[in-house]
Amino acid sequence: MKLDANIPTGPLEQKWTRHKFEMKLVSPANKRKYKVIVVGSGLAGAAGAASLAELGYQVECFCYQDSPRRAHSIAAQGGINASKNYPSDGDSVFRLFYDTIKGGDFRSREANVYRLAEVSGNIIDQAVAQGVPFARDYGGLLDNRSFGGAQVSRTFYARGQTGQQLLLGAYSALSRQIGLGTVKMHTRSEMLDLVLIDGAAKGIIVRNMVTGKITRHYADAVVLGTGGYGNTFFLSTNATGCNVTATYRAYKRGAGFANPCYTQIHPTCIPVSGDHQSKLTLMSESLRNDGRVWVPLKKGDKRRPGEIPDSERDYYLERKYPSFGNLAPRDIASRSAKEACDDGRGVGETGLGVYLDFADAIKRLGKKAVSERYGNLFHMYHKITDENPYEVPMRIYPAVHYTMGGLWVDYNLQSNIPGLHVIGEANFSDHGANRLGASALMQGLADGYFVLPYTIANYLASIKAGEVNPEHKAFEETENKVKERVTKLLNINGKKSPAQFHKELGHIMWDKCGMARNKAGLEEALKKIPELREEFWQNVKVTGSGEQFNQQLERAGRVADFLEFGELMCRDALVREESCGGHFREEHQTEEGEAKRNDEDYAHAAVWEYQGESSDPKRHEEQLIFENVKLATRSYK
Amino acid sequence: MKLALHIWRQKDSNSEGKFESYQLDQVSPDMSFLEMLDILNEKLISEDKEPVAFDHDCREGICGTCSMVINGVAHGPQGGTTTCQLHMQSFKDGDDIYIEPWRATAFPIVKDLVTDRSAFDRVIQAGGYVSVSTGGVPDANATPVPKPIADLAMDAATCIGCGACVAACKNSSAMLFVGAKVSQLSLLPQGQVEKGRRVIKMVSQMDSEGFGNCTNTFECEAVCPKEISVSNIARLNREYIAATLASDEES
Amino acid sequence: MSWVSRPLNSSIGCKVIMSVTGLLLVGFLLAHLSGNLLVFAGEEAINLYAKTLRDYLPILWLLRIGLIVMAVLHIFSGVKLTRMNSKAKPVKYKVKQSVKASFASRYMGLTGLVVLAFIAYHLAHLTFRFTHPAFQSLGDYDVYKMLMLSFSNPVLAIGYCICVILLMVHLSHGVSSLFQTLGINHKKYNGLIRSIGPALSTLLAIGYLSIPLSILLGFIK
Repeated sequence: MKLDANIPTGPLEQKWTRHKFEMKLVSPANKRKYKVIVVGSGLAGAAGAASLAELGYQVECFCYQDSPRRAHSIAAQGGINASKNYPSDGDSVFRLFYDTIKGGDFRSREANVYRLAEVSGNIIDQAVAQGVPFARDYGGLLDNRSFGGAQVSRTFYARGQTGQQLLLGAYSALSRQIGLGTVKMHTRSEMLDLVLIDGAAKGIIVRNMVTGKITRHYADAVVLGTGGYGNTFFLSTNATGCNVTATYRAYKRGAGFANPCYTQIHPTCIPVSGDHQSKLTLMSESLRNDGRVWVPLKKGDKRRPGEIPDSERDYYLERKYPSFGNLAPRDIASRSAKEACDDGRGVGETGLGVYLDFADAIKRLGKKAVSERYGNLFHMYHKITDENPYEVPMRIYPAVHYTMGGLWVDYNLQSNIPGLHVIGEANFSDHGANRLGASALMQGLADGYFVLPYTIANYLASIKAGEVNPEHKAFEETENKVKERVTKLLNINGKKSPAQFHKELGHIMWDKCGMARNKAGLEEALKKIPELREEFWQNVKVTGSGEQFNQQLERAGRVADFLEFGELMCRDALVREESCGGHFREEHQTEEGEAKRNDEDYAHAAVWEYQGESSDPKRHEEQLIFENVKLATRSYK
Repeated sequence: MKLALHIWRQKDSNSEGKFESYQLDQVSPDMSFLEMLDILNEKLISEDKEPVAFDHDCREGICGTCSMVINGVAHGPQGGTTTCQLHMQSFKDGDDIYIEPWRATAFPIVKDLVTDRSAFDRVIQAGGYVSVSTGGVPDANATPVPKPIADLAMDAATCIGCGACVAACKNSSAMLFVGAKVSQLSLLPQGQVEKGRRVIKMVSQMDSEGFGNCTNTFECEAVCPKEISVSNIARLNREYIAATLASDEES
Repeated sequence: MSWVSRPLNSSIGCKVIMSVTGLLLVGFLLAHLSGNLLVFAGEEAINLYAKTLRDYLPILWLLRIGLIVMAVLHIFSGVKLTRMNSKAKPVKYKVKQSVKASFASRYMGLTGLVVLAFIAYHLAHLTFRFTHPAFQSLGDYDVYKMLMLSFSNPVLAIGYCICVILLMVHLSHGVSSLFQTLGINHKKYNGLIRSIGPALSTLLAIGYLSIPLSILLGFIK
């Protein structure tokens, strides 16, 4: 596998500008001859599809949801970072770049992250022009708030629904193009395989989820914006439909999968209430701006929170990280919560929870101001838990939220397969081993609006337009494979539902490859997962037929991929003998229990290459070269 | 608790549907409504029966995918809530629960409780946007927007496009949905440039999709999980009347 | 003329016709009531009023034609909208609970139909005098006697009252609703706007009901 990151030469600040000039262009008249497939209609996919269509390319966009407006980007709550420095508090492109690199525990690529920080301001301009109603102050200008891992206020927000508003902005741009006929939208359509012709991505095989019909779609380039793989854990903050299928099938066709073990556990979610639970609900990180996190000092203290005096509370984030306090980055906040609970000081019936207390904020700001900032989140919490957070502290616990790993891409967001571009959460490039809050929206939109439209032209200009046709034998072969697999799933007729397998896999993943990992546990998981997978292929029961709307079949196909992918995650976690960001290996910690990085041996992205069913995947390394920042121990103390 | 569920079952858009009844025991009040249906489906699968198809995705009340009429109310008895955030605390032991899909000509049934809401997408495609392309836009702070206006626009923009308004309306009118989008964009200075053209195109698409019209019963507002106000419908009417009177068509 | 026909054919256009004609018809109801209330001033007053109206026959016809046009447009767009609506929701729910919708708002079509039937009878009864051949022998302007004869009959009086009540139910929603349809809506005034319908229809009901009830109960002799 050839891993050339194609990082432009020259000083960091000039790389993107220079690269934009050096890349090849497709002339306006020729653009309409090229067809691009975009899979996924979230922030990255919708922004990308709309922008490419505006430029004049023919675009086909696919999503599994019934409307592109429902992609899970919609659930992002807190905000979007941009280095606008409107509050004049010392922000700059370089500071956003530095915070992101540091937040990612020095495991991301400098050039990509710098570009991200550079275009971040354009995103805000674009969104405002689209009619995104960001929060404003009484002077009519945009308001900012602070977020985890940063000491400046650079987060733009629209109440607790920033993701929704930005997605609807991208959706409106996409809708405009659909209305103009420049984008052909396929909803309730699931990509089941990638088609390669002479080693280049030239199309996809898709199942229409309503009719069950399997069809071929060809293009000059394929873009995947299919999100993350958090649902490998069964319980996560992802939507129930989120899956790894598109990226995993691309991996099986030869695309490198980078850093699959980097998963982000979000510190503020509503704790699990029972075995019936189907998903976890996130409470925005912005709550930590005003909420104080604590547990009782004493183990097993079963008093009600109001009865525990201040002197018997442990505000552990404020104690351990005085300069960032409750705004410590996500990985650190999550791990600290786990520590407190492991120590027997967790709260709630299960003991798996910590308090997020607004009593002080309400005293300081008044109930009205708190409600203005967080009203909808409080409302949501109240509905789900039946407890009123204005009166009793919220109970929160970490949950799987975001996955930093993804398909490997170069500076042009192109994978190692020519013509296959990967954007948004689906790629690996910008967040290293840990993503800072409010940076996912930034990256998805940066990729879709401001990076991909330039870089894809560079690829398209190097090939002849419209060379493919769906009668090519590669299409036939791939389609047959997909059909075989569907038939196979339907014919097993075992005893356990796909959901049951998914749940079992989730248990293994959370226990062995969750917030803290160790060698023995990972090795155990690597034994258990293949066993579970084997059982799946013998004992899964998929009701109904393939030629109809069949949610069981959809689920089964996704779970089958999770069952393979989970193993890759554990494998990656096992080899990475260090703790960094979201990847915490218990063997590698300081005496104070902080993550201990090993820059000597692991300052690289691990890229996995599929080697067929019977052999283990091969691990490659892309060395990360830091020329502009000094590798330092991440400290938020 | 024990529940008797009566669920609309329909094989596909061309088939006739009917209600089927199921008994479900051991439902915990902590479950969400959809988790209760998950359990029913697991039970049906174990009995070799076909599980109930229903739309759901984020399960945190924001994607707008889930869509059921529960005991005659879209998204069920708890106001300001999507089906996925409705918890079984809202029901009691021994309850009979009727579960039906959204009913509207513009939302044909795909299967069981799943409907096709692409009509909403087409209404947006007709004009629910600001015609700006990527790049070349002014600085975000170039045009100040009064906070009350930005807040009003945000109130309207919280629409999740679930279609409960259409489902609850006795006329299957989409005026709340369309009104919310028209309001958001006509309130903000960025959307004012093409506001007349937008409202005319969106209303015309809305009519051709087969939605009914608004008779001001305000059921939509009552069931809207985001509690979007019917004042947006009034604004839609106002914008439409103004745009029609001021349009530059020739006689 | 497509710029006229297209908006008028749209759902909102139809509703605007509905509300404007409704508003004018409410104006008629007010005028009609103010005339009728003269019955309390005695036989002469009301008969003089009837005569004066007929003295200016061209103006009366102008008003009548206007009224007919309003009514026809109101009915026509009502029928059109109702048909559109029943096409939009052909299958009803097995269980349906209204969360907010008032009784009046849910049965506008039905109350409208009753009112239409009532108007037809009302015209046949008091204007064309088909239903009561005895009226034919009365003088042209003897409204007073007609009223006395009619409303001392309990069946007619109570039937009239029921129809008036249904008309007011229709108005209680219709009047508030027309503001919404014309886009007149403001947070500050919404409470007022929403109570105009019920308030106005209550006042009209008191006025219109007072006549038959007074006659039936013998307050006017």
